[in-house]
Amino acid sequence: MKPLPLVLWAAGLAALAAVPWLGSRFYTFIATDIVILALFATSLNLLLGYTGLVSFGHAAYFGIGAYTCAILMKTHGVPFPLALAAAPLLAGAAAAVFGFFCVRLTRIYFAMLTLAFAQIVWGICFKWNAVTGGEQGISGVPYPDLGWMSALPLVGSLRVGEQYYLVVLVVVAACLAVLKVIVDSPFGRMLTVIRENAERAEFVGIDVRRYELAAFVIAGAFAGVAGALFAIFNRGVFPDFAYWSKSAEVLIMTILGGMGQFWGPAVGAAALVLLNQQITAYTQYWPFVLGVILIVLLFAFPGGIVGTLVAAGRRLKGASRA
Amino acid sequence: MLELRDLRKSFGGFTAVGGVSLTVAPREIVAIIGPNGAGKSTLFNLVTGHIKPDSGTVRFRERDITGLAPHSICRMGLGRSFQRINIFPRLTVFQNVQAAIIAHRGHGHRLWGRSADLFRRETMALLAAIGLEDRADAVSGELSYGAQKQIELGIALASEPALLLLDEPTAGMSATETRDAIALIGRIVRERGLSLLFTEHDMEVVFSIAERIGVLHQGRLIAEGPPLEVRANADVRRVYLGGHA
Amino acid sequence: MFDPSFLFGQFVSGLSTAMFLFLIASGLSLIFGVLRVLNFAHGSFYMLGAYLAWQLVQWLGPRTESFWLAVLGAALIVAALGAVIERALLRHLYGREELYQLLFTYAVVLVLADVARYTWGTQQLTVPRPPSLDGAVNVLGATVPLYTLFIMALGPLIAVGFWLLLERTGIGRTIRAAALDREMLSALGVNTSWLYTGMFALGSFFAGLGGALVTPVRSLVPGMDVEIIVEAFIVVVIGGLGSFWGTFLGALIFGQVLAFGIVLFPRFSVFAAFVLMAAVLIVRPWGLLGRPLDR
Repeated sequence: MKPLPLVLWAAGLAALAAVPWLGSRFYTFIATDIVILALFATSLNLLLGYTGLVSFGHAAYFGIGAYTCAILMKTHGVPFPLALAAAPLLAGAAAAVFGFFCVRLTRIYFAMLTLAFAQIVWGICFKWNAVTGGEQGISGVPYPDLGWMSALPLVGSLRVGEQYYLVVLVVVAACLAVLKVIVDSPFGRMLTVIRENAERAEFVGIDVRRYELAAFVIAGAFAGVAGALFAIFNRGVFPDFAYWSKSAEVLIMTILGGMGQFWGPAVGAAALVLLNQQITAYTQYWPFVLGVILIVLLFAFPGGIVGTLVAAGRRLKGASRA
Repeated sequence: MLELRDLRKSFGGFTAVGGVSLTVAPREIVAIIGPNGAGKSTLFNLVTGHIKPDSGTVRFRERDITGLAPHSICRMGLGRSFQRINIFPRLTVFQNVQAAIIAHRGHGHRLWGRSADLFRRETMALLAAIGLEDRADAVSGELSYGAQKQIELGIALASEPALLLLDEPTAGMSATETRDAIALIGRIVRERGLSLLFTEHDMEVVFSIAERIGVLHQGRLIAEGPPLEVRANADVRRVYLGGHA
Repeated sequence: MFDPSFLFGQFVSGLSTAMFLFLIASGLSLIFGVLRVLNFAHGSFYMLGAYLAWQLVQWLGPRTESFWLAVLGAALIVAALGAVIERALLRHLYGREELYQLLFTYAVVLVLADVARYTWGTQQLTVPRPPSLDGAVNVLGATVPLYTLFIMALGPLIAVGFWLLLERTGIGRTIRAAALDREMLSALGVNTSWLYTGMFALGSFFAGLGGALVTPVRSLVPGMDVEIIVEAFIVVVIGGLGSFWGTFLGALIFGQVLAFGIVLFPRFSVFAAFVLMAAVLIVRPWGLLGRPLDR
């Protein structure tokens, strides 16, 4: 797929940035949710789509990032930029430790160990009342000090939730840009090669375990950033941020959007959040609907939304040339 | 260049390789022949680090490489192709070979810079050498068996090996394809001054380029030497029914 | 706390839990061994078995035999459901990557959980013990319910019965062959397609049977599907994926871990199971009696 021109990127970013002025508070709320989850899902895709590693426990790093930010900001009054920097460091460190053991396994065993580690993280959050607030979690996580924004021309008039959305947008855009650079780099190429044929990769001189661990740590770190952003957005953190169902959610998002494309997971995040909004307004049986969507996806649209669109586009181009 | 000393490997009660010793000199072309199940692929796997031997040593360029990880052995200058097609199917031909070059040149760790055009010149040169430069952008998994075998060779060569291990390089090919493939391999090996150790079923292939031949039977070398000698060997004739004698 | 009759009581409780876990986990292990699919929906089948048993008891009335009829009926219905799901849907995903099969079974979990929620609601349901097994006996100072003893006896019975099936019958040979080499088996003319359906149905039968049998002991609540699949996973990992006796051993070990873990480490019981699972996966991924899986 040819890389999208920079103009399209800038246009997309501008459109997203305009949401607080174009829509109501609710739209900004949804947009914040989508943007954060887009980062979370894209970080997972570094493992899933690019390296071929199926992780059932990616929420662990989301949770660690979230708790790190919440604890630093709420309990210790640390300013936001520092807390935001600490989240990926801790999440990445955890990923390094867990990943070291996980990459020594393959396929189903790898997946199950990632799940086990994530549940251990959940358990720690659930039980360590003193630090993590236990089952109740930590509520009342403060917004960062956005006073400086009030001085700015356009932005000053916005509510704090909308100002925070813009901060989130900038952080996520920067993170996604870094991730894009990584997947386009020689390192990214090595990951794809590992996905295609790990055995052959070994015989080409690639230390597969080391590369997989590196991917695991990078993915975990970015998930940590997403978690930190979410902690503030949600005004609180709870143990189920690390629960396996959150890992399943982000996995579904990634596949729904298309794990074979860079923007697939982001599209999937948007699709899932919007679908959830729409459907839960009518019925409490969202899991049922999600299950059915997933089944349809697996059978009819394995490439996800973006993958299906790209394939259709190719067919159209081929037909028009003929 | 390569020295195997008394290599042994058993699986359960079955002895796959029972004490094989062999040397390959620089720029030499050696073939290992033997019926199915003789232990040829296992022997290769022992050399390239895919399996650890029960006993015995493998020395490459004066260094003991016994039991080292495959990626380390590759970095020392040992290139290998596989009996079954072992390429990167969803990548293009160009990307297949380019990836191997990127890994070999030690750029795999770079998190910056676009990989799309890295080492373009070197990759195209290698593709030209193996005759695939006009199909550089084709998706490798969709090409013919013969073309995929060529890609296999290209990937192995990309690591700039001093010794090439080819496991049944002409398996599954027609007579014409086999002739072409062997001619290509022979030419490349001689041009680049490589050593070559390969396994084969096809006798004509073996006798056309091998300088020395080793005959493997039930995990043991029952004969070893120049082609004419091996051909005349009574044990070999008895064991190796069929083929051209 | 270290009063011997209390310890013995816990031990017996652990054995009973083990046997019933074994029943469920062996279904999971069987499906993985032959079909190479880790069926997340196995817990959902267990849950359905429990709810269906409750429903059938409601319909059949409070007669003595109604409990056993309900148990059998529930297990058979679940087996049929499993067969339908495998035949109509799962079958078409066999050629694809493992991830798709796993996600499919997860989707089934989502669907079945809501089907149960819709049909039976979210409040706790209970099934009374069958009159023939109501009551308890005194063993070494501990009061052991008769029903618990029944489960403890049933476990080894089923284990031996199933082992005999695998080792001594033609069908068993076919199953074992399928676990080792499917392509070879179909090349030999065995209808592997129906074999898989049959295996999936059999595994689901065990899940449904386990769910139905547990109703007098554990109450039916939403979330029981998740709880049991986690426990079954751990048992199978400890024992070794695809290994029959491994599952038995894993169930025995885990049963005791559950029984004594809650007593000794009340704060950590929540994720002690996962710590155990992680430890096994790190040190010996193929479990105690499994075969190392090739890359």
